[in-house]
Amino acid sequence: MKQQEAENAEGAAGKKKKKVTAAQLRVQRDLQELTLGNTMKMSFPNPDDILNFTLTIEPDEGMYKNGTFNFSFAVNQNFPHDPPKVKCLQKIYHPNIDLEGNVCLNILREDWKPVLNLNAVIVGMQFLFLEPNASDPLNKDAAEDLRTTREAFKKNVRSSMIGGTVRGISYQRVLR
Amino acid sequence: MDLDAETPGSPEAPVVDQQGRWKHLYNVLSKPGPYTDEDWAPGSETIQSLESSKILGAGGLGCEILKNLALSGFKDIHVIDMDTIDISNLNRQFLFRQADIGKPKAEVAAAFVQKRVKGVTITPFVGKIQDKDEDYYMQFKIIICGLDSIEARRWINATLISMVDMEDPESLKPLVDGGTEGTSYHPAPLKGRSNLRTGFKGQARVILPTLSSCIECQLDMHAPRPAVPLCTIATIPRQPQHCIEWAHQIAWQEKRKDDPFDSDDMEHISWVYNAAYERAQQFHIHGVTFQMTQGVVKNIIPAIASTNAVIAASTTSEVLKIASSCNPYLDNYMMYAGEEGVYTYTFEAEKKPDCPVCGNLARKMNVDPNMTLGEFIESLGERAESQLKKPSMRTEEKTLYQRFPPQLEESTRPNLKLKLAELLEDGQEIAVSDPAYTIDFRFRLNFN
Repeated sequence: MKQQEAENAEGAAGKKKKKVTAAQLRVQRDLQELTLGNTMKMSFPNPDDILNFTLTIEPDEGMYKNGTFNFSFAVNQNFPHDPPKVKCLQKIYHPNIDLEGNVCLNILREDWKPVLNLNAVIVGMQFLFLEPNASDPLNKDAAEDLRTTREAFKKNVRSSMIGGTVRGISYQRVLR
Repeated sequence: MDLDAETPGSPEAPVVDQQGRWKHLYNVLSKPGPYTDEDWAPGSETIQSLESSKILGAGGLGCEILKNLALSGFKDIHVIDMDTIDISNLNRQFLFRQADIGKPKAEVAAAFVQKRVKGVTITPFVGKIQDKDEDYYMQFKIIICGLDSIEARRWINATLISMVDMEDPESLKPLVDGGTEGTSYHPAPLKGRSNLRTGFKGQARVILPTLSSCIECQLDMHAPRPAVPLCTIATIPRQPQHCIEWAHQIAWQEKRKDDPFDSDDMEHISWVYNAAYERAQQFHIHGVTFQMTQGVVKNIIPAIASTNAVIAASTTSEVLKIASSCNPYLDNYMMYAGEEGVYTYTFEAEKKPDCPVCGNLARKMNVDPNMTLGEFIESLGERAESQLKKPSMRTEEKTLYQRFPPQLEESTRPNLKLKLAELLEDGQEIAVSDPAYTIDFRFRLNFN
């Protein structure tokens, strides 16, 4: 009995030694310094785990106006050496986002640097909806549409957002 | 041990003059040189203190470091490594033989060196450095690391720094770190220079926890692994590697979504290889091979024996100098480039004042366990030592209070009404960020 008590005490002491990791500390600071504005919201499935969350972008201008776009963010313990992993949770028609939700944003991959923070990433994400970019395509069809006829592309965006079909692919409804 | 007697260099054939072996070492330790400190006492006392120094080595440069330490006169060496021996290690990790494949590296290396160098005791531990706690690390005089990841380096760095007790000089454990490109750690290439990694670069550094620049301070200096833009991979590949990345990152996700990719599964690699090969043909790209596929998906950079030897020699000689004081040690960073001839450059990396690890040692704070979190936060604004007006704070497992974003503020607000004793354990550490300060704070809360 005594022995078990001692072991329990030891277990508690071991647990106590766990320290806030450098990645957690950096995310705590980054979150505090975010500028979300009216067009972005965040949600935390587990508030104690600040390394995993969802970002919702609701553009109030541009071609994707009135849509609601959800992205999962997964930050690992090697942050900020490694960039956060970001995925779009819906199937959307966008030249820089593929049907699996992969996002082509330079600072999420080849141009990531530890001096960048989460705010830089979400600003970049928001920009993708204001200025979709045909020269860095992940969804080749969408990029081609944008390059050739901007008006037709706009139309496709609208019909994809109400859950319609573009070039034989049906998209998820994302209208607010 | 089941070793072939014909194998050159097997421990069964030691043709070593045990007296002569230490002659040159004793020369260095028995008379002062031009740079030796005036107060240094050469001779038997120094040699004895060296022999009784407990040293811990860990990681991928293990073979070289262990051999060097044993031949530098250290008698009590501990080694940590979690890996087992693979056939591809045998070309450079010279303590291992064909018959050792599959056995733990730490154990085989320890047994080999102990047999070869009389009088040395090597204690192996098979596992991760993270398996051990502060009490374990406290027993050593110096820690020497040749780790293969940045994550492991950040961990040992943070651990050794948090162990420092300003009133106890023994609690300060010098960390000697060595790394090569092959161990996925390298200085960022200069702008415009190729960032192709060939295994010819490396670095050695000496870190005196809390006194000198630490690994976290220097994190920005190191480039994350070079990545090709996702869109290049998805649209117009130009190199065979792009086709492999496409198969690995895009085709796999589309076709085998529910099957997590395992780089050690041969069937998975074959699948990626075939997909990459097909794509390469479509784009008229040559050169996709099975071996290249393996290299790309496992991010293998060739490990070069001579680079490892140079870096291990540099780190071990730093340990010798720190342990014996026979000469001034490295202050504090030496980079090595061996692609075209040999180039080294030594400089003093500076301590970052706002380093999240060494810039904010945990301070002790006495608190009333019956105080609510809200009252505690208010008191932080009044205490002279903190003066934090808008803090957010957490423990390792719990978000105590986060002011922004609003969703997180809302879900942590109920904590403000709880007593500290309901949220924390006595002696637990919390980390606090406040927008008014560029640096974060750590407090160890002791209950009154």
